[in-house]
Amino acid sequence: MIEIDRITKIYNGVPAVDAVTMTVESGTITVIVGTSGSGKTTLLRMINRLEEPTSGEVRINGESTLEIKPHLLRRRIGYAIQGHGLFPHHNVARNIGAVPTLLNWPKDKIRARVDELLTLFSMEPAEFRDRFPAELSGGQQQRVGVARALASRPDLLLMDEPFGALDPIIRARAQDDLRRIQRALGSTIVLVSHDMEEAIRLGDRVAVMDGGQLVQHGTPADIIANPATPFVADMVGDMERPLRLLSLVPLAEVVEDGGAPGAALPADGSLRDALSACLWTGRTAVPVEREGALIGRVTLETIRARAGLRA
Amino acid sequence: MAGARHGVSHPGVLFAVLGLAALLVPFMTLAANRIVAAEGVMAWSVAPAALTIPGLVALVLGLGLGLPAARPRLRLLGAVLGLGGLLWLLVQGASGLLDGAGDYARVSPALGVWCLLTIFMLSMTDALVQLAPGPLARGTLLAAVLAALAVILWSGALAPLSVLQEYASRKAAFADAALRHLALAFGSLATAALIGFPVGILCHRNRRLRGAILPVLSFLQTIPSLAMFGLMIPILGWIGDSVPGAQAFGIAGIGFAPAFLALVLYSLLPVVANTVAGLAAAPPASIEAARGMGMTSGQRLLRVELPMGLPILLTGLRIVLVQNIGLAVIAGLIGGGGFGTFVFQGLNQTATDLILLGALPSVALALISAIVMDILVELTRPQAARAA
Repeated sequence: MIEIDRITKIYNGVPAVDAVTMTVESGTITVIVGTSGSGKTTLLRMINRLEEPTSGEVRINGESTLEIKPHLLRRRIGYAIQGHGLFPHHNVARNIGAVPTLLNWPKDKIRARVDELLTLFSMEPAEFRDRFPAELSGGQQQRVGVARALASRPDLLLMDEPFGALDPIIRARAQDDLRRIQRALGSTIVLVSHDMEEAIRLGDRVAVMDGGQLVQHGTPADIIANPATPFVADMVGDMERPLRLLSLVPLAEVVEDGGAPGAALPADGSLRDALSACLWTGRTAVPVEREGALIGRVTLETIRARAGLRA
Repeated sequence: MAGARHGVSHPGVLFAVLGLAALLVPFMTLAANRIVAAEGVMAWSVAPAALTIPGLVALVLGLGLGLPAARPRLRLLGAVLGLGGLLWLLVQGASGLLDGAGDYARVSPALGVWCLLTIFMLSMTDALVQLAPGPLARGTLLAAVLAALAVILWSGALAPLSVLQEYASRKAAFADAALRHLALAFGSLATAALIGFPVGILCHRNRRLRGAILPVLSFLQTIPSLAMFGLMIPILGWIGDSVPGAQAFGIAGIGFAPAFLALVLYSLLPVVANTVAGLAAAPPASIEAARGMGMTSGQRLLRVELPMGLPILLTGLRIVLVQNIGLAVIAGLIGGGGFGTFVFQGLNQTATDLILLGALPSVALALISAIVMDILVELTRPQAARAA
């Protein structure tokens, strides 16, 4: 558990982060969203003390980060940034093994960990281990960057706009990968983004920052349904709200008995996918399948009921 | 043949025209003794026709092979053939012209030889640039050229040439000057590196220090070399006279110490400036990542900044080395020793051969150092960058 306790950063008399208090549960993804200048990156960088807080403190599993030497603290916390920051003169294996090397892991243990991570990120170790960053595509570089941040099994992974430099299709894949890997490893992640879409897609919790203050902290559904301030509502986008809500509901949660014509959707798809399929093919219901077997249907009626504020 | 298919190399044409023109000026000179004016001898008259014709054919053929643009290997071969022809004619002329010319007669290469030598070396460089050999191939080539040069000098075939006559009468002094020259150039390089690297690292870390130090070093660099050596005389002279024991270490107004100090001062700017530039070459994102993963500033320096900046750091050393080999010649003027001693002695006595005895080895040393350092710089480039 990460407890951020009234943390403040003042630059030239102006608070960049103003007494933010927030708790991040272990094994969850928290996305800090805000416009540029909202203090979101400063907040993130105070967690691993790349910025020293003016006041307040951060506790990781009860231990104050102020009591640990900064470089030792950072070795326990993964850090991935926009534009990956890989070392161009080291190959993939040395890049991923950077933190374990700092921690003096034995060589064979590092090697095994590198191969394990490459496999986890769907990159064949024998093929990619010895390549240099310049010989990878943008998506591959980004995956190596995240693998490097995860290499020492850190208590916490901080990510600063990790997908900012990727094109939209690769970005969506990278987000899905991150979700899958986070579930598999049970990692705790704090991620900074300026993109509410990304926050809703990835976050178990979303924290909205504005002018150095934490204006709302809750589940994505909560943020969409009950924006605390006009700024949050603006970030969510009024027009998009029903669709964003629908994208949060998996079909498996609302499937009902019965049949429907046409192609089936997978149970882990969202209601947004179902609405799209209905509108596109003129159906009033779509069948739902799990591993090839039909398990029921979802009707437009159900979709409508979940798309707005329920009375 | 190939020229018709793929066109003619423009530098090749230039070299051929200049080379043929160079054949029409005196190839060697013959003088009755070391001081009197010499008379020129054309290339075809340096020896009996039976001996000059093979050399002339090799020269012309060498120029011709330089023409086909698409055949760099052939052009390289042409340059080697031309240099061979040049050497052959020199050897024939050296012994041929001296026959019956008297005990004090001197025979020297003249304008034609120097022009042709330059042309074939340029042609060779041009062909090599086109071939773009790897660092290893370049090193092997350099070693082969040096070995050939050593064998030729060792064999004594060129010994009658006046430059080598000057050498023969000054063997001990030459060895001394060579050692002194190397000590000046490499010693000042090592000292400058020892001072410059730490200063460069500090400047990289501290913007204010950089703002203070780099302008001072730039100013030192702008002092003309003669003035710098001149300035050293009163300064070190004063230190030698007023600091007890300083003279015991050889610190005096003239000699090795002031020359060495001047060279070190000249070297500091390239070393420090390239260290700063090299350390700044690492991408900011990599530095941020290194900090974020918990590297200490020392680890960042050793694992990220230095390895990535090494080619630029070495480029700084290359500049310094080549510059100091040249400047060390001028150090001869204040008694610093080295090849400059011969150059200035020769200038005083208007003895061209003596000047060449100092100048030729300096040029060769600078060339070899430049090539070796270039190879080192390339070897330190990141593998991926080299492959790309």
